[in-house]
Parts: sequence; structure tokens; C-alpha cells
Amino acid sequence: MEPRRWIVEVNQALLGKNAELAMRNRERFHQHGLLVANILSVPGSGKTALLERTLSDLRDEMRIGVQVGDLQTDNDARRLSDRGAPVVQIVTGGCCHLDASMIAQANEKFDFDQLDLLIIENVGNLVCTASYDLGEDLRVVLVSVTEGEDKPLKYPVIFRKADVVLLTKIDLAEAVGADLAALRENIRRTAPSATIAELSARSGQGLDAWYDFLRTRLQTK
Amino acid sequence: MHEASIMQQVFDLAFEHQSRHPGSCIVRLRLRAGDLAGVIPEALCFAFEAMKPNTPAERAELEIERVPALLHCRACDRDFEPFEFPSACHSCGAWQTEVQRGTELELARIEMESAEM
Repeated sequence: MEPRRWIVEVNQALLGKNAELAMRNRERFHQHGLLVANILSVPGSGKTALLERTLSDLRDEMRIGVQVGDLQTDNDARRLSDRGAPVVQIVTGGCCHLDASMIAQANEKFDFDQLDLLIIENVGNLVCTASYDLGEDLRVVLVSVTEGEDKPLKYPVIFRKADVVLLTKIDLAEAVGADLAALRENIRRTAPSATIAELSARSGQGLDAWYDFLRTRLQTK
Repeated sequence: MHEASIMQQVFDLAFEHQSRHPGSCIVRLRLRAGDLAGVIPEALCFAFEAMKPNTPAERAELEIERVPALLHCRACDRDFEPFEFPSACHSCGAWQTEVQRGTELELARIEMESAEM
């Protein structure tokens, strides 16, 4: 008996299921007039420190909710929990990124009518997180001045998709001998359309520009 | 590195097609991966080999069709294929570019086999 062979042309996107769930998240956020930011960086760039400051400084001005992703522990949620904002920890159990289904699950724990802005702190990772749309309006990529000027060139896929690039720990730039001109140029080359801001969550330098950006985006939402 | 979870989706999709033909098996899978898709072909192959035993794809081969990146220069309005990313425009040297192609990540086709009845 001759085996019969045939070909099926599929041409279907992988991550299609994630894309579908992300679209559903986006619709839901939109219905509630919610602005949603996905915060991305390697571990240690200062995502949680920036959130601590942002939640404290803006608490009387906008209603912010947070979803924070980590492989293990709820340390970040505990760090953020005493600032008047609802915080939900997503423990991925070893998974290196957040995906749209994890967000959909976490969404159930919020009353979106009571919120203006939802900030999603992604798992510290600049590789895998790039591929997963969560339904956000804004992709905010953090890079600290201690990480080396060539970081945007090493992770071009995620920088290319950034709406905002925040250069963090700017107060340390001189101490670590950071070549800021080179870092800025590498960001502009990789993310030509992104808004760039330089700040320090510790000293407070540059935070106003970040807050103004959020205010403007909220008004135009 | 999320190549294993991507490969799981490849298998899910492929088995969905294969299961419509009882007694068939998969002999070849072709993926289409853009240079800017953020996946490493070697890691996809590794995941494929590790995951295929004891499935309808256990004899299957994996082909990965590479899709070169194509950028559009906003300054001079020309398209070009960069040697690396990011890249300045090959014509005018500007860095203001938009990605036209190269982010694809798809299951392109499945080749199946069954004993002739």
C-alpha cells in the first residue's frame, strides 16, 4: 500500500490566541475609559521604585490600579500595597512573561469604574515580554543608566515597540560614568517614534515630565 | 526564551488539522519566522525535537522559512532590507525607519501522510 501524502496550507499566526485575548482585554479597558500602561525592563531597572513614587505622588490626582508580575513571591505587591492603590500580584510560577490570559484573570479582581489608569508591571525580561500584547495602550520600556549604552541595540525588538522609553537612575549617571549621549542616540535609532524621558525615582529628578505625559494621555483618552 | 510555549501552539494547531484525518500522521511542518519576530530558530528546533516523541508528529521534520526584515525610510521614502536591526537607511543614512516586514511568526503549512485505503 502506497502511503498518501498531502499538504495543508495553514498560514496562521502563532500567538493568535494571545492576540485574540489581548483584543478582548483592550475592548474591556476601552469600555471603562481606562488608560493602560505595560511597564517593561530587565530585572533591577527600577520598575517597582518608579511605581512606588508614581502611586504616592499622583494618589490625589488620578485613580491608579496595579497588576504586578513576577516569577515568584508577592514582594512587589507588598512594596506597593500601602499607597492607596489596588494592587494585584500575578505570580507566573516560572513563566518568563505576562500574557493576555493572565491579565484577563487579574482584571476580575478590579472594579474598573473606580480607576483611571491601570499600570501593569511586567516580569523583568526584555526578550519574551516583547512578543505578548496584553491589551495595553502604552508600552513603557525602562533602561537604567547603569545597564550600558548599548542595551537598546541588544534588545531591538522590544525597544522598537516602545511608546515611551524612560532612562532611569539618572542620578547615578555620573557616578557610573554612563555615556548618556550614546545611550540617547541608541534609543532614538531603535525607537524613533518613542517619547523619551530621563528620571530618578530616588531623587525625584525628571518625574514631572513622566507625570505630565500620563496626564496628557489620560486627558486625550 | 519562550520557544517551548510557541512550539506547543504549533503542535496544538497542527494536531487540530491532523485529527480530522484518523490514521494520519504529520511528516513535515513549516514555520515562517521574521527576523524581527524575537524567536531563535535553533531554540524552536530544539523545542520541536524535545516535544515531538509519542505524538502524531513523532516522525516529522521542521522547516523554518526565514522572512528578512524590510524597513521603510521616512526621510527618503525608500524601502530597504537591513543587514542588522536597528539600521540606518541604505540610501540616505537616516535612522527614522518603520518596519514593513519581518515580525511574522506563523505556521505556514503541514504535510501529512496516511496509508492508502
